[in-house]
Formats: sequence, C-alpha cells, structure tokens
Amino acid sequence: MAQMEFVPNQAKTEAITAHVLWITVGLSCEGDTVAMTSATNPSLEDIITGAIPGMPKVVIHNQVLAYEYGDDFTQAWFDAEAGRLEPFVLVIEGSLGNEKINGEGHWTGFGWDKATKQPITVNEWVDRLAPKASAVVAIGTCATYGGIPAMKNNPTGAMGVRDYLGWNWKSKANIPIVNIPGCPAQPDNMTEMLMYLVFALAGMGPVPELDDAGRPTHLFGRTAHESCNRAAFYEQGDFATEYGSDNRCLVKLGCKGPVVKCNVPLRGWQSGIGGCPNVGGICMACTMPGFPDKYMPFMEEDANAKLSSNLAKFSYGPLLRWGRRNSVKRKFDKEPEWRHNRSELTSGYTKNW
Amino acid sequence: MSTIETPTGQKVVVKEMSWDPITRIVGSLGIHTEIDFTNQKVNKCYSTSMLFRGFDIFMKGIDPRDAHFITSRICGICGDNHCTCSCLNQNMAYGVKPPKLGDYAFNLAESADFMFDHAIYNDCMANVDYSEQMVKETNPGVLAKAETTSAPHSAIHGYKTIADIMRALNAFTGDFYLETLQVARYTREMYCLFGGRHTHPSTILPGGCSADITHQTLTDYYVRLMKYMDYCKRSVPMHDDLYDFFYEALPGYEMVGFRETDLICWGAFDDPDYVDYSYQNMTDWGRRRFVTPGLVFKGELITTDLVEINLAIRILLGSSYFEDWVGKSEPFVKHDPLGNPVDPRHPWNKQTLPKPQARDFAGKYSWVNSARMYDAKNDRYVANDTGGGPFARQWVTAKAGLVDLGFLKATGHSIQMVLPKTGFMPEMELEWKVPQWSNAIERQRARTYHQAYSALVGLYNLEKAFVEVRAGRTKSWNHFTVPDDAVSVGFHEAARGVLSHHMVIRDGKIANYQPYPPTPWNANPRDLHGTPGPYEDAVQNTPIFEENGPDDFKGVDIMRAVHSFDPCLPCGVHMYGKGKVRKVVHTPTGMS
Repeated sequence: MAQMEFVPNQAKTEAITAHVLWITVGLSCEGDTVAMTSATNPSLEDIITGAIPGMPKVVIHNQVLAYEYGDDFTQAWFDAEAGRLEPFVLVIEGSLGNEKINGEGHWTGFGWDKATKQPITVNEWVDRLAPKASAVVAIGTCATYGGIPAMKNNPTGAMGVRDYLGWNWKSKANIPIVNIPGCPAQPDNMTEMLMYLVFALAGMGPVPELDDAGRPTHLFGRTAHESCNRAAFYEQGDFATEYGSDNRCLVKLGCKGPVVKCNVPLRGWQSGIGGCPNVGGICMACTMPGFPDKYMPFMEEDANAKLSSNLAKFSYGPLLRWGRRNSVKRKFDKEPEWRHNRSELTSGYTKNW
Repeated sequence: MSTIETPTGQKVVVKEMSWDPITRIVGSLGIHTEIDFTNQKVNKCYSTSMLFRGFDIFMKGIDPRDAHFITSRICGICGDNHCTCSCLNQNMAYGVKPPKLGDYAFNLAESADFMFDHAIYNDCMANVDYSEQMVKETNPGVLAKAETTSAPHSAIHGYKTIADIMRALNAFTGDFYLETLQVARYTREMYCLFGGRHTHPSTILPGGCSADITHQTLTDYYVRLMKYMDYCKRSVPMHDDLYDFFYEALPGYEMVGFRETDLICWGAFDDPDYVDYSYQNMTDWGRRRFVTPGLVFKGELITTDLVEINLAIRILLGSSYFEDWVGKSEPFVKHDPLGNPVDPRHPWNKQTLPKPQARDFAGKYSWVNSARMYDAKNDRYVANDTGGGPFARQWVTAKAGLVDLGFLKATGHSIQMVLPKTGFMPEMELEWKVPQWSNAIERQRARTYHQAYSALVGLYNLEKAFVEVRAGRTKSWNHFTVPDDAVSVGFHEAARGVLSHHMVIRDGKIANYQPYPPTPWNANPRDLHGTPGPYEDAVQNTPIFEENGPDDFKGVDIMRAVHSFDPCLPCGVHMYGKGKVRKVVHTPTGMS
C-alpha cells in the first residue's frame, strides 16, 4: 500500500534534513535555550522526532543539550562552514561583543583554533557561517538588539546581530534576519518560529512576515497592554497602588505594557501559565529595542503613562466604572424574576394543561 | 602524544587533551589537561572560561531598585536565584521586611526552581554521562556487567537491571530522560505561579512578591507538587542503584572527581517568623534558614554564622584577565555594619578592571577570578567548592542539626525525610547520610536527594501560605524607601551552590555591586598563590577508568568529575592530538 500523504509532497519534505546550528554563548545567559526546553507548542521533542506531518527532519546542534562534547561537538560547525551541512538555520543567542577593541583578547567564544590554540570567537563563527546559512535567527533581546550586555557604560561594545551584519542583510535564501526578542524569549515563540522556518525552507509555506524591527508580525503585532487581562482597569481609570494583592492595572507601579510589543499576556509564559501582568508583575519591556536603558528605573511610572493614566483616572474612567458597576449590581447580577418555586408559571409561556 | 621519562626512570605515555566546549552545561568553560595513559591518571588540569560581559561595571550609577531585574540576566538557568538574592540584599539596604506571605512566596518559588533545576540538570544533562549510549562507547565491560546486575529497588522504580536504568537515561530516547523533560516543565509552571515567568521573574521584588496570591495559586502549586513527590519516590532509589553499581563495578571510582571536603553553603529559604533581613541579626536568622549556612574546612564544620562567613570571603586574582584594584583607590567599606574590619579583597571592596588578552595557560587563561575563603587560624586561602549545590547544602545542614520541619529533619550526621502518600504510592522514608568522600558520585547522589528535600521545603511553606490566605492576610509586599547611603549583602543559594550579592549605595545610586555566583567558586583558575581552582583540583585527582586508549579517548571520567559540580558558565575541554573522528551520520533522535 502506498503511504498516505497527509500534506502535499509529504514523503519528499520529510526526506529533507534541516540542521539548526544554535550558538548559545554570545554575550548571553543562555536563558533562551533553557526557556526553550519548557516550550510545548511545539515542544523540542515534537520538533526533533518529526511529530508534525510533512516536517523535515530537524537536527539541533546546541551546546546546552548536546550528547557530544569537545571536538565531537564542534565538528558539525566545521562541517557547516565547509558546506557539508545543507540546509541549515543559524540561531544566535546572546549579543555580539565588539572584538575589534580588545587587542588579542576575546569577549566570548567556543571551540578553539588548532593553529593558534586561541578560542574561536562567536563573531568569527558568525562571519564563517552566516553566508552559508539559509536563514539567520536572532533569539532573545541580546541577540536581536543588544539587550542587557549592551547597556550604557558596557565595556564590551555589545550589539545585536542586525547591528553586526547590517539591518538590511539577507541570507542566501533571501530571508532577512528573523528577530525573536524577549528576555528570555517566550518559549513557544521560539519553537513555533523554528517550525515556521523549517516549513518555509522545505517550500511548504512562505517566509514569516517581519516588521521594521525584524519581528514576526503575527507574534509581535500587538502591545502587551492590548492583550493584557488588566487593561480594562486602565480604561476605567482604576490603578493598583501597591504590588501583590491589589489586582488592578499596574501602570502606576511601573508597568510599561502600553508601549511594548509583546504577546506574553496573550500566550502566557508556558503552557498558558504565568506571563508578567497575568500574575501581577510589571512589564519591564524586555522585548524592546530600547530595553533596558529607555525604561529604567523599572519600578517608576513612565512619564507619558502618567499623563494618559491621569486622564483616565480623573475624567471618563470613574464614569465608566460607576456605570458598569451600577448596571451589574442593578441588572446583570440579578436573575430574571420568573425563576421561583411558587405554584405558578410566570416565564411567559402559556400553558395548555 | 609523547613518551617521557619520569625521575624514577619509568617511561610513560603522556598526552595533552582538551575539551572545548564542555556541553550539557549552561555557560562557557574549557578544560585543558595532560593525561598519563601509562598510569591512567590526570597529571594537570586547567579550567578556562571565555565569556565576559561586565555586569558590575555597567551597574555602577543605576537606581538600586533595578538591581534584581538586571542581575537576573547574569544567568539563564539560575536567573531567578540571582533576582531573589538581589532582593534579599536590597531588603537589607532598605530595611524592609515583607509580609509573611511575601516571604513564603519567595520560598515557594525558589523551592520550585530547585525542583526544576536539579531534575533537568541531573537527568537531561549530567546523567547522560552514565547512560547506556555513553557507557557503551567508553566502558563496554561495565555495560555488560550492568546487563546482568539486578537493580535492588526494581520493585519501586520498575527497571529490572542496572542496564535498564542506563537505557532510561539515554538522551532523547530514554523514558526517564523524557519524563524528566516533562517534570522540568510543570515544576517551572509552579515557579511561574509566583514568579510570573522563568528564568527571569517579573514579580520577585525588594519588599516582597507582586504576584496576586489566592487560594487558586496555592491549589495549582499543590497539585503539581504532589506529582513531583511521586517522581522523587521513584527517582531517588533508581539513582542509588545506579551510583552504588559504579562503586561496585569499578573499584576505586570514589576517587573520580575527589577532593578535600572544603565546602561552602550560604543557606536558603528564610523563616518569616525570624528573619528581619538586617545585618545586625544575620547570625541568628541565618541559622533559622531551612537550609543551614556553613563553612567547612577539611571535613570539619567551622561555622554556621553568616557574619563570620561574610568576613572570610576574598577575591583573588592570579590567572584571570583582570588588573588588581587594591591600592588604586580608597576601599568602599572599611568596617561592616557591626564594626568588624573588612579586607580590601572582600567583595564589598572589589573593583572590576578587565584586561582582555591572548589566552596563555602558563599565565592568564580565564575570565573567572579566584574566590577563596580565608582560614584565619592557619593563615591560608582555601579554594572551597559548592559541591555543585546539594552536596554542600545537605552536608552542612545535616552536620549542623538545626533544621527540623517534622517531615524533614537534620540529625547531626544525616537528613531524614518523609514523603507523603501520593495518588499511586504510599508514604516513603528517605535518609541521606553524610558520605565519606567529596567526589563525583556523591555530588550526583546528593542532587537526587535534594529534589526530595526541596519538595518538602515547598510543602512546608505551602501549608504556611494556606494559613495566611485562609486568614485573609493576602498582602505580600511592603513599601520601602531607598536610603542615600547603605552597605548590604544578600546570601542565597543558586541551584548549583552559593550565591552572594554585595552592594554599596552612595547618593541613592549603586556605587558598587558584586555578585558572586557558584561557578566562579568552582571553575576558577590558579590564584596568585598558585592554588588551583576546584575543577582543576578535582580533575587532577581523577584516575582514568575509561576503556578507550589515547587515540579514541572520550574523557568520560573527567566529564563526570566536571559535570558533578553542575557547571553554570559556558565552559569547555579541548582535545589535542588525534581526537576521535566524529561520525557525520546523525543520531536517530536528531539531537546532536
């Protein structure tokens, strides 16, 4: 019996092996890789065991998870450089230090040069591999825009991948650098996007649509506030005055959600659980190009938010609150009067017995 | 490879071998060795880290209330430990004490983190070194023996032979490995109930926890906690069987990763009935922690006093890419808040002056500087290690005998634990006894027992949190103001060992902030006195049991020694000479 095809060209696309070369040691904490292990939509196992019909076989080379170590691990990276791993996606986690400013030293690297016995810097790996990669993905805010290591007064000259390769850089498959920001990136955002790209490389779907900051629009089109379950409190001018048990809008306690592109309130943190404002945490804007400097101090109210929240608080907010509470109390919290146990039917039905 | 003649006239085959990167850890570490294949031992070892970001540099001058948000980003697996430590530190600086529910929330979040971290690290990273696939490639003789050795606790965990246990640990195919990946998810869900997200939380703040904690939050935690208890009941006996087998199958295995029992533990999980976060009372509230702080020299518990511990910390240079700061400017802190003198090499006074340069194993070769404990009695600087976390925590707690939660009790020589009845398994008693050695196997074993320990700490705090919520005391955060000047410290434990944050505030801004995570204690290079760091020391003591010769040597015994410390910085071991040729075919599981 011929094998059933559940998606077009299934046998052909499943015969493809796509490699993912995942650099974990940019100037990073490796929090993205760690977070990725908690993803469930899809999970890491779903990706590498081919749980989705038509999906090419995916081999992930990641230092935190690899069975191999030492030269056994770096062999794949040299193979990719020599064109022996095709196709591959290069994932970069962590910002890139400026290696032009530190003489013979290094800010970060992995593997070592057999001739010089010096570490191979991450920047050198990017130089060697980016031209051969079908797609380059910057994961986490460090790799996308620089993030914490690129704070003011940093000694390393840290920057994001687009700052390093160029904002208009495109891969040999004509795909711009895909940015998945977040500190760390939301777990499912990472695995879902890997799946998206692997499907695209197999010709099964388009490449993801990106916005001006390189973010997939279907994930980062809305602000945190636009998907926040506390946003209605803002509308009603009702704001929390202390952290914790006060479950109203957190903007006056420093939440930056109204000016942050992020889907965490919508997607939750993992398996739908958690997510900053969902639980009671202020949004600290960790997905944004301006993070962290433009949002510090985090626990203070943003200057613009102060204006607009005060507008809500002192004008229409109280009216909305009063109107809604009243109509709930007077009308919607009361059952219709025909529900009773008296010896009569008052529902409006005319009985015929 | 070279053949050299020793002073005794023996001809020995010596080979330089390096592994870079070391995988299945978080962070950047390199191990560079010289191995004597004639006598099957490691002659020399150098530990190197290739990563520098400079947190303590770019944090100067910022608002101190940003410290926990920023320092969380030091580490991607223990970020929440940093965040928590920074909040303990800030509580001291601001003189704020959270409501009890806030303290319980910290303990519930951090115990869930330990439950997650020890599970994923032990069985999805470190124990891959003991998996069937690895043992087959390194010690086929041992695997053959494992096939015919019955597992003593098979009735509990369900694996008939030791080889069955090894198969269960195979990366991405073994059923215990795969189950642990799931366990590592729902334990992080437990964390997120209080922390908002993992690993960089959004609700852990100075003054308390900003999660909205209700009966629902606690119920969601309870359900997952009891699932985890069930997992521990199977996991602990299974690991005992596996580790005991290694001692039996390879006599002398206790020397793998062996070093002097020089341990440190800063303690964790404050008791809200006693803690006030002040430096003045730190000795007392430190001893009330549910994990006891302690300093151990040569197998002797020297002190459990956090003030005494604080004053003994020194940061030494030597083989790291930094310049000395002493004498270049006035020290920040000459006396601690109790009036005790503070050394210029204490973290409060440390300044970070990076000097990038080429790596030279005869000179400077790492971005990690050498943290040491000063032994005043013998005027020496000791390279204490964290035992990878659980080993030191349990060692100190057991010996100190201060912890007694009823179902979790330190006896002076052991820790007795009782796990409650769960849906499918009866109540179970476990006892972790202080072992004879500080070695690779015992660090691994302690980690599996510490999963049960952390679950019981979680249970105790959960019951206490229920009391608060049921009584309507749902406030979990208290207001504070930032003083113009302060000197403070936070002592905590990351999953893999001691974690401290030292802070100096001047004019309401951070003047100095020095975080010391566990791995700099373990992975550091030779200091200015030539004393090697703990990895170097432990690997240098390691005999070689691997059956492969120099040409296809994998270095699994060295890997087990290093992995037992639960490294958490990007680190590696390089391979010189004719290393094993990597197969270009890929494993059927797809994992590289």
